[in-house]
This record gives sequence, C-alpha cells and structure tokens, in this order.
Amino acid sequence: MLVSIKRIIRWGWQGLFRDGGAATATVFIMVLTISLITSIFLLKEASSFLISSIQEKVDISVYFKENSTEQEILNIQEELSKIPEVQNVKYVSQEQALQDFIQRHKEDPVLMRSLEEVGRNPFLASLNIRASDPTQYEAVSDFLDNSLFGYLIEKVDYHQRKPVIEKIFSLTANLEKSGIVFSVLLVFLSFLVVFNTIRLIIMKGQEEIQIQRLVGASNWFIRGPFLFQGTIFGILSALISLLIFTFVCWFFGSQISILFPELDMWTYFLSNIWTIFLIQLLTGIGLGVVSSLMAIRKYLEI
Amino acid sequence: MIKFQNVTKIYLENTIALEDLSFKINEKEFVSIVGKSGAGKTTLLKLLLAQEKPTRGRVFFDNQDVHKIRPEKLPELRRRIGSIFQDYKLLASKTCYENIAYVMEVLGKSNQEIEKDVPKILEIVGLTERAQNFPAELSAGERQRVAIARALIHRPDVILADEPTGNLDPYNTSEIIHLLLKINTLGTIVVLATHNKEIVNSLGKRVITLGQGKIIRDQEKGRFIL
Ligand SMILES: Nc1ncnc2c1ncn2[C@@H]1O[C@H](COP(=O)(O)OP(=O)(O)OP(=O)(O)O)[C@@H](O)[C@H]1O
Ligand SMILES: [Mg+2]
Repeated sequence: MLVSIKRIIRWGWQGLFRDGGAATATVFIMVLTISLITSIFLLKEASSFLISSIQEKVDISVYFKENSTEQEILNIQEELSKIPEVQNVKYVSQEQALQDFIQRHKEDPVLMRSLEEVGRNPFLASLNIRASDPTQYEAVSDFLDNSLFGYLIEKVDYHQRKPVIEKIFSLTANLEKSGIVFSVLLVFLSFLVVFNTIRLIIMKGQEEIQIQRLVGASNWFIRGPFLFQGTIFGILSALISLLIFTFVCWFFGSQISILFPELDMWTYFLSNIWTIFLIQLLTGIGLGVVSSLMAIRKYLEI
Repeated sequence: MIKFQNVTKIYLENTIALEDLSFKINEKEFVSIVGKSGAGKTTLLKLLLAQEKPTRGRVFFDNQDVHKIRPEKLPELRRRIGSIFQDYKLLASKTCYENIAYVMEVLGKSNQEIEKDVPKILEIVGLTERAQNFPAELSAGERQRVAIARALIHRPDVILADEPTGNLDPYNTSEIIHLLLKINTLGTIVVLATHNKEIVNSLGKRVITLGQGKIIRDQEKGRFIL
C-alpha cells in the first residue's frame, strides 16, 4: 500500500517533467480560472462597499415649523429613535442650519448679501433621519405623516427625493443580481476550459492507460499519478495566482484609494489573505482532481 | 486451464474473425496457433485477455468465465498472464527499464526484488545497454525484446506470445524460442501465435491451425501446414 503510494507519486512527479508543455498549459489555464474567481471575490467586496456607501448617502430630513420648541423636537427625535428601522436621527437646530449654510457659502458674496437682506435666520430646525435599509424610508415617512405631532411638521423632503432614492435602490439591487449571474456564468465557462485542457492531455495518454490496464494495473494505480499531478497543478496555480493578486492589490490598491478614499483594497487583501488563498487552493485542487477523474474514467473500461 | 466454448467474434461491419471455436489448453502445455494473416490469431488472444468481448460463446480461464469478470477485477486475471503483443504496446513515456519494472510495481513487488530481477531479464534479452532508452529510441527488434522481457518478468501462469519473433534476427529468434521452451518446462503455459514455419516445425509441440476463423487442424506434435 505505502509502496504503491510512493510509486504513484514518483510516476506522477516524473510525468510532470516528461511532459512539461502540457503541464505548463494546464497551470496557465488554471491560473486564469483561479484569478477570475479571486477577482470575483474581491470585486464583490468592492462593489458591496460601493453600494453601501451610496446607500449611506441617502437620508431624509423633517423640517419643523418655526414656532416649535427645541424640547418638542427633541421629544420627536427620541420617539423616532425607537423605531427599529431607524438607524440614526440627528438634530439640526435653526442656528446650526444657519452656521452650516454660512460655512458652505461664505465664498459666495451674492448669497451672503441676500442672507443679510433677509435680516433674520430663515432656516428651519430639522431632524435628519437615516434608515438601516433604503426600503424603510417609505415607512418612516408614513409614520411622520400620521403621527400626533404632525402639526409641528413643515415638510418632509422624502416626497421630493422619493424617485431618486428608489432609483438608487433598484440600481444597486440589480447590480448585485446581475453580478452574481455573470460571475456564475464566467466561473462555469472557465471550469469547462480547464476540464477540456486536462481532458485533451489525458486523451493523449489514452493508449498508455489502456496498456496499463492490459498489463494488470489496478484503476487506482493508473489514476493515482494523474490525481497527484492534478493536485500539484492546483497548488502551483494557487500559489502563482496569490502572487499575482498580491502584486495587483498592492499596486492598484493605492490608485483605487485615490478614487474612493474609504476603499482600501490592499488592507482588505492582507486581512483576508488566508481566506483568499484557501479559495484559490480549493479551486485549484478541486479543478485538477475532478477534471482528471472525469477525463480518465472512460479509458478505464477496457 | 483455458477453454474456448463455441466462441464467435464478429467485429463491426460483419468481419467474422472467429467462428464457433472450441478447444482446451491444459496445464503446462505449449501450443502454437498458426494460420494466414487475418485468420484470427490475435483476436483469439485478445479474447483470452478480455481485451475484446466475444460475440457469442464463452472463454474460461481457470474455470472462470473471463467475460463475466467485472472491470475492477480484471487486473487480477491479467496479472496472471504475460502478454507479448504483436504491436509491442510499450509505454512510450517510460524507459525500457521502467516498462519492465512497471509490471512488478503493479504486482506490489518490493524495490529490492525489482532492482534484482529487472537487470537480470534485461541481460537475458540482451538489452542491458538500452535500459535507460525510451521505446521510440529503439529498433523494432529491440522493442520486441523489451515486450518479451515485460511479459516474462513476473513469472506469470500463462504467456501469450503474439508473433514474438517477427522482428528478430535468426540468432535472437532461436534464443527467444529456447527461453519460452525453458519457461514452459518450469510449468508455464505458452500460447504462441506465429507465421514462422521453421519454428513451429522444430518445436514438435501441439499446433492449432486457424483458417478463416475456424480450427482446421489441432494436432499434438503438429507441423506447420496452412
Ligand atoms: N478492431 C477490429 N475491427 C474490425 N476488424 C478487425 C479488428 N481487429 C481485427 N479485425 C479483423 O479480424 C480478422 C482477424 O484479425 P486478427 O488480427 O485476429 O488476425 P491475425 O490472425 O492475428 O493476423 P496476423 O497474422 O496478420 O496478425 C481480420 O480480418 C481483421 O481484419
Ligand atoms: Mg495478429
């Protein structure tokens, strides 16, 4: 048993070098496949980051009539915070709104002059509401419209922003859905390519497999070297892919952070390096072993 | 030991290779199968090795129907048979030495045994110098001798020799035939398919003559008559 395993490994190892061309081709194809799967993994992370950062920018504001007191507004804030779908409620006082406006437009003399001409603070106090999920804004807005303190509310800007919010929401949902479909399709196609490459290589060895059967080799003794080679191809391809992605994430990570400062691909890659390598290794070995087993099966019938 | 029972083999396109063939080969026998090219000699050996299935009839080895053996169990049968194929069937990716050693590895022989036996048989067939060459680097006669060495190395119960001297010079031919005779005296069944009249006549052993897929003669101490 042990001596057979040793022999299988020796034949498998020798085969790698005696047919170097085929080995290189297989590893090349497998690196492509593994890279594709790794990219999908990384892109999924990046896109869900982008989607959530877009969704985070979505909020609604409730403006209160000028005669409402701060205490009343703070009570409403507390009331709103109790709704489970509400993630965060921020109070912006009249004074705060004014300061914000000045801060934002102090470079603009026209606006500043017109503000002076008004002669008083024209801004309303508001509550800025952020829901945990963009589908919940509708519910929050309904809640406000029908609440007891409705008489204090001047307006809820959800009604103007509704189309935009809904568009963002359906866009990101579609993006996620089509991303998944597209990835599954790509992964499937690349599996086919790897399988075919290995199949062609084994087909070339078809005559030898049949001879091995005729001199009395057992099926496992014949399969063994191919499985060993499949495993080696898998490990080698995973290592090469890891190297490629280390470089890519390190090199492009900093460029991406210029565009999206909160998205740090390099740190993300480093902190997930073991998961990524595991995915690559499992893909590689799985592809190598399963393809070999499937491709060899029909030659063992003689 | 070996029994063909009303065996018919029809290849596709209505090529009748063997027709209603019945005979027995006993322990320790040396049998020559002769017949014109295309008479069905190779087909007969293929049926015994379960390389082809008979269209009708049954083939027995040691009272076991060869074609009822499941594919996973076939290696056990084949390990008891040493085949010298007409087209050699050497493993192109392995050297002479490895081709011969492979059969012993298949049997799970120890490395010591392999390292002892393989050089010995290489010397017997005169290929010590060629041990590390690949089949493609050998002459036809050298390849044939590797095939012979591979069939003998594990001391099988039966040797199926399909035209084993077709590419050998007279000297090597008589060496190989002597080797087969010697192995036969040690108790191994030898089935020799050949066109070589001189060999068959000099052997003075049983001869089965095939003609168009049928047995036309089966004689003890037979001669080569087509
Ligand atoms: N795989 C095959 N498919 C179809 N016909 C075949 C096949 N193998 C052999 N035959 C036919 O079966 C017949 C017997 O062939 P076989 O190889 O047994 O002859 P043989 O006696 O060994 O001839 P030779 O002396 O030339 O080796 C021939 O007519 C051959 O054409
Ligand atoms: Mg023949």
